Amino acid sequence: MQPQISERYLPEKDSQACGLFGVMNTAGERFGGEMAINAMVNMKVRGNGLGGGFAIYGLYPEYRDYYALHIMFERHQLGAKEIVDEFLADHFHVVYDEEIPTNKKATVLNPPVVWRYFVSPRQQLEEENNLSDDEFVVEKVMYINTRIDGAYVFSSGKDMGVFKGVGFPEEIADYFMLDRLYKGYIWTAHSRFPTNTPGWWGGAHPFSILDWTVVHNGEISSYGTNRRYLEMFGYYCTLYTDTEVMAYAVDLLMRRQGLPIEVVSRIFAAPMWDIIEHMEPERRELYKTLRMAYAPLLMNGPFTVIVAHHNEMFGLTDRIRLRPITAAAAGDFVFLSSEEASIRAVAPRLDLAWTPPGGEPVVARLHTRDHLASLARAV
Amino acid sequence: MAVSCARYGLREMFLGGVRSLDELRSRLSIDGQEAEIDARDLVHKEINDLIREAALSGARKITLLNVCGQRYIGTRLFLPQQEGKIEIHVYSTPGNDLGAFLAGHRIVVHGNAQDGVGNTMDDGEIVVHGRAGDIVAMAMRGGRIFIRDSVGYRAAIHMKEYTGKVPVLVIGGTAQDFFGEYMAGGIVILLGLNLKPGERHHAHYIGTGMHGGVIYLRGEVAPYQLGKEVGVLELDDKDRRLLHQYVGEFTRHFKLNAESILDDRFVKLMPVSKRPYGRIYAY
Repeated sequence: MQPQISERYLPEKDSQACGLFGVMNTAGERFGGEMAINAMVNMKVRGNGLGGGFAIYGLYPEYRDYYALHIMFERHQLGAKEIVDEFLADHFHVVYDEEIPTNKKATVLNPPVVWRYFVSPRQQLEEENNLSDDEFVVEKVMYINTRIDGAYVFSSGKDMGVFKGVGFPEEIADYFMLDRLYKGYIWTAHSRFPTNTPGWWGGAHPFSILDWTVVHNGEISSYGTNRRYLEMFGYYCTLYTDTEVMAYAVDLLMRRQGLPIEVVSRIFAAPMWDIIEHMEPERRELYKTLRMAYAPLLMNGPFTVIVAHHNEMFGLTDRIRLRPITAAAAGDFVFLSSEEASIRAVAPRLDLAWTPPGGEPVVARLHTRDHLASLARAV
Repeated sequence: MAVSCARYGLREMFLGGVRSLDELRSRLSIDGQEAEIDARDLVHKEINDLIREAALSGARKITLLNVCGQRYIGTRLFLPQQEGKIEIHVYSTPGNDLGAFLAGHRIVVHGNAQDGVGNTMDDGEIVVHGRAGDIVAMAMRGGRIFIRDSVGYRAAIHMKEYTGKVPVLVIGGTAQDFFGEYMAGGIVILLGLNLKPGERHHAHYIGTGMHGGVIYLRGEVAPYQLGKEVGVLELDDKDRRLLHQYVGEFTRHFKLNAESILDDRFVKLMPVSKRPYGRIYAY
């Protein structure tokens, strides 16, 4: 019998930190990957080569009306691709699909096959007719992730995509040739230092559902509570890492329930009760209500996240800021990073650099200066 | 151990690819007691190797150019046989743990610093012409740190003192939460120079778990912003002499006027107990 090949890598427990970076052009101009890649190189000591990844928005303008599915197939289970192809043909119009081009000379270990499909939903069953396109796609993504062994959906949004794997971020960028082939108006990036969960291709960041992506540094110790709550809404965690809950939670709160990040950040990183006690009465009521209504989505433990979706990128830390974040602005560019130096490494002339307090989001929105709202209480 | 994991793909991110001194010597120029190091794209061990090499070659003032995020600058510079201390000028953005374990030398940053400035620093001086990140002066046990602008979370966390060794931290701007957390000794001065008239300091949980040392605070705070372990006291003559000395030093570094700062009201924060958690585990 053939020994089973594992595509996961278990480092010995070693505490460090992940590196996060995000850059957005708020005028919507698309730009290449140099800044995101070089910023990650600058923060190399924050990762250990067991995970790197990028999310790019404004990626596929020629297919902007179609959901772009990036799907990974483990090499020892390539049969999964046939099953997925059949599944997609049953439920979608696939207008174009291809293997995502890779640089065969890149130094990455055991890469899986990564394929992209541009699809539009084809709702056949009666019960599916009630679903919006987005709900339909979420349901099918969950089906692939939970039911088809060896296949994992990296991303499933329109005009965006996630590229990730095991390696340092610059190696992953080299493997997918991100600096040569792609442009976007938002790039987020992650360098992984896995501590509690395995380093494997599906477990690299960003995590994504529809066009929501999350990169994360820290540890969501409320994972169990969060995951059980999200299961009630049809989100299933399959990727062996805590960050996944954050992607599904933003999809639930922001897309399905329509809450703005300014409110959602008070759910994820709710202020302490004794701080709430000293607020103005109206604010106090709001914060109390949010804490009570959304207690299972309080994200406990140290974290910094950079979340993006179309037209918006935001950074948020836990309420007592146990992980770092720095924001900066230069012209139309807004930056979020684990370290100020990595921003200065790629944009030496900054107009502003600042650090918001824990739990206070920095929100960059297309055609606005909303990111400056976080300056008021920053240092 | 990283090595035992190598076959699984774990890479050594700290020491992988570190070049020897011979390969790096062109980055260092020494002119009598002055030296210059071009730090562009060097990793932190390479920079500290070059600083040490310059110091052993007799340099007393070392300028680092093009620093961008390299950590631990100025650590590993314990030079018992050497006369005199080293002065290191950093341009522009040093990485985390600047001056960790600093052994009596002087570091001047011409730009912003990141997290962990003066981590467990033993003696010497760090002057930052800009802001600094989280955990400034963490576990610091001697010497002085002057930050021109504001600092992030948990400044002075577990700062300590022992007999004659009393560390001093002076911050020109304001601070974020958990300022002076678990402080066990030392002198911390927060000036609030960048607050608007009537604007309170933003930090909550100031002095939480504090059980030694003293915080002098200029500018307003509400009682609920303080940790349960601190009391608020008025200043006495000894306090004013201390403030005069260290605010004077601070203003000389940054070319400010000490008198107008010292004329304002300060309060003194001190722990109400030396063992705030002494009863937690007692029967």
